Amino acid sequence: MKIAIASGKGGTGKTTLATNLASRLAEHKPVVLADLDVEEPNSGLFIHGELTHQEDKYKMVPQWKPETCTLCGECQKVCNFHAVVKLANEIMIFPQLCHSCYACSELCPVDSLPMIPEKMGELREFKSGNLTFIESRLDIGQEQAVPLIAQTLRYVDSKYPDTNSKIYDSPPGTSCPVIEATKNADLILLVTEPTPFGLHDLKLAVETIRKLKKPFAVIINRFGIGNDAVLDYCQAENIHVIAKIPNRREIALLYSRGELIYPIVPEFQAELDKIITFIRNMETEASR
Amino acid sequence: MKEIVVISGKGGTGKTSLTASFAVLGGRDLIVADCDVDAADMHLLLEPDFKLTENFYSGVLAKIDQDACIQYGKCADVCRFDAIPVIDGRYIVQPLDCEGCGYCARICPTEAIVMEEQNVGDWYISTIKTGSFMVHARLGIGAENSGKLVAKVKNEAKRIAIEQGKEIVLVDGSPGIGCPVVSSLSGADFVVLVTEPTVSGLHDLERVFQLVNKFGIPAGCIINKADLNLDLTQKIQDFIQKNGIAPIAELPYDEAFTAAMTQGQTIIEYSKGELQQAVQQSWTRIQSFGK
Amino acid sequence: MKIVFTSRGTTWDAPMDPRFGRTDYFFVYNEETGEITILDNRAIAETAHGAGPQTAQKLFELNPDILITGNGPGGNAARVLSQSNVKIVVGAGNMSVKEAYDAYKKGELREF
Repeated sequence: MKIAIASGKGGTGKTTLATNLASRLAEHKPVVLADLDVEEPNSGLFIHGELTHQEDKYKMVPQWKPETCTLCGECQKVCNFHAVVKLANEIMIFPQLCHSCYACSELCPVDSLPMIPEKMGELREFKSGNLTFIESRLDIGQEQAVPLIAQTLRYVDSKYPDTNSKIYDSPPGTSCPVIEATKNADLILLVTEPTPFGLHDLKLAVETIRKLKKPFAVIINRFGIGNDAVLDYCQAENIHVIAKIPNRREIALLYSRGELIYPIVPEFQAELDKIITFIRNMETEASR
Repeated sequence: MKEIVVISGKGGTGKTSLTASFAVLGGRDLIVADCDVDAADMHLLLEPDFKLTENFYSGVLAKIDQDACIQYGKCADVCRFDAIPVIDGRYIVQPLDCEGCGYCARICPTEAIVMEEQNVGDWYISTIKTGSFMVHARLGIGAENSGKLVAKVKNEAKRIAIEQGKEIVLVDGSPGIGCPVVSSLSGADFVVLVTEPTVSGLHDLERVFQLVNKFGIPAGCIINKADLNLDLTQKIQDFIQKNGIAPIAELPYDEAFTAAMTQGQTIIEYSKGELQQAVQQSWTRIQSFGK
Repeated sequence: MKIVFTSRGTTWDAPMDPRFGRTDYFFVYNEETGEITILDNRAIAETAHGAGPQTAQKLFELNPDILITGNGPGGNAARVLSQSNVKIVVGAGNMSVKEAYDAYKKGELREF
């Protein structure tokens, strides 16, 4: 089952949950954990495995061939993203702005804009026991997360088609990188905190996930701070709250050091196991 | 007129809570711009009245007029995003997959495809609890977050600041390192970096600082929850010093921030203790930089 | 010399626009003839991505000798501008156009 861990608000505990969940599941079976927060990938700070594979990731962008170009300017006209600029004597390409639609390349009357690969980031794969961890990192200066997220998902699907448990640490927010990261998941776990910011952003996240028509459930992190408004909201909306991770300074400290929580904090492990039970029940249901 | 932008790289460091506190301290001397448009939260602390609402349009999506469509199919062939499947014999653009490149529209032989402007959100001008103004926005779900809405919010805030002779535009910036952050930083006179002493906090601080450095904007740093992990706080201090970033403050891990937020208040209104004083000193220091 | 300022208004008293890519106006001053022309760039606000290159292209077409601005062009715009011979001068973000011109003449601004 593909499980995406998302949230509206940043800093609620997605990565904490994703890394701990994946590690716990990996105690008994093969698990793939992929960090799709490609602008700021953090899961790797908590997973210590052996680097087994590394590859540069590319997106296709046009390259100008001056020899055959007639400077007709059609390329600039057909680019909706302002990635192609015609100056007096040259065509200038802005790869960061390019969405790889191929329009300029294929509509150029003299074939002067072949598409070439340009590096946009890196994918690295680590192994630690049963856990395979994949992290994709966008190069600084690259402005689009979606292409790298899409390629990472394809990598996981093609290289690990038989691994049953796949966990995806998604970027925060509700804009297109999140959609890309979650649209093919079987289950989405929304992590929130019981505060006004948490509630406000949870509502946005719920609205987003509902548009995708995917099953989802909520996990409340730092339970005990703030108030009960999040719980009330979930109850009113018939949203299943499957775990309430308590607010403990110890957890914050372990996180700050880049350590896993569940081996040390029993309360955390108990809540994590509730999540695992929920997932197992869903898997059983699905296989019927 | 000075533009102060608060960013963090990583979420959850307390950026918005602190920016709101500075807004309260600055009162009528400043205009607030909430540029954290994907899940904006500042309005929860500042009591905006949403006096003016404007629709925001950005990007286009392809739409096929089924009456004009002759099922030629070239649109589906050229689409690199697999956004035009055939459903019940009809070619229908999937909005969540369409990138808005317009290639399909250009090659349709019967011109059956239009590119429709998308209302991807709203932006607002409000009076807030200090009597001053805040420009803020709400980006719709699944929308592409670009520099455009951020630029719009900032521009409006600056326009108001100039009109009213206000000295400062205080900007709550976007997280990450992409277009929205770049747009948040463009035109800034001083950047406040809010971080926390965790491995993630340091990692993201380093990444976002690369961007700040590229623009050559002077920066200062607030380490929030500083007593959580003294090791990491030291590492951050080293990073700050090595990179010419001005240290602004180190705030203790204090649940009063959350308690205040739960009441819809900033720490300034909530308690008069050590934390509140430290935040006040931070603001004083921030105002003296970038001069 | 033909000098272009990034500005928020259309007169010598107008404040400078510290930005380049999304500047409201180009205030163009020809020192020899004393002629002033204004290029209205405000439609750039409708651009989600690629504002820098678009604006840079407009400047390229004006073919000035000097560009006076605030923080300087961002990465994308700078690339376009590097193809021309324009000298870019920064540091005038908080001045009026007139003040920026005087500061430039006195050598108080720095090169990008």
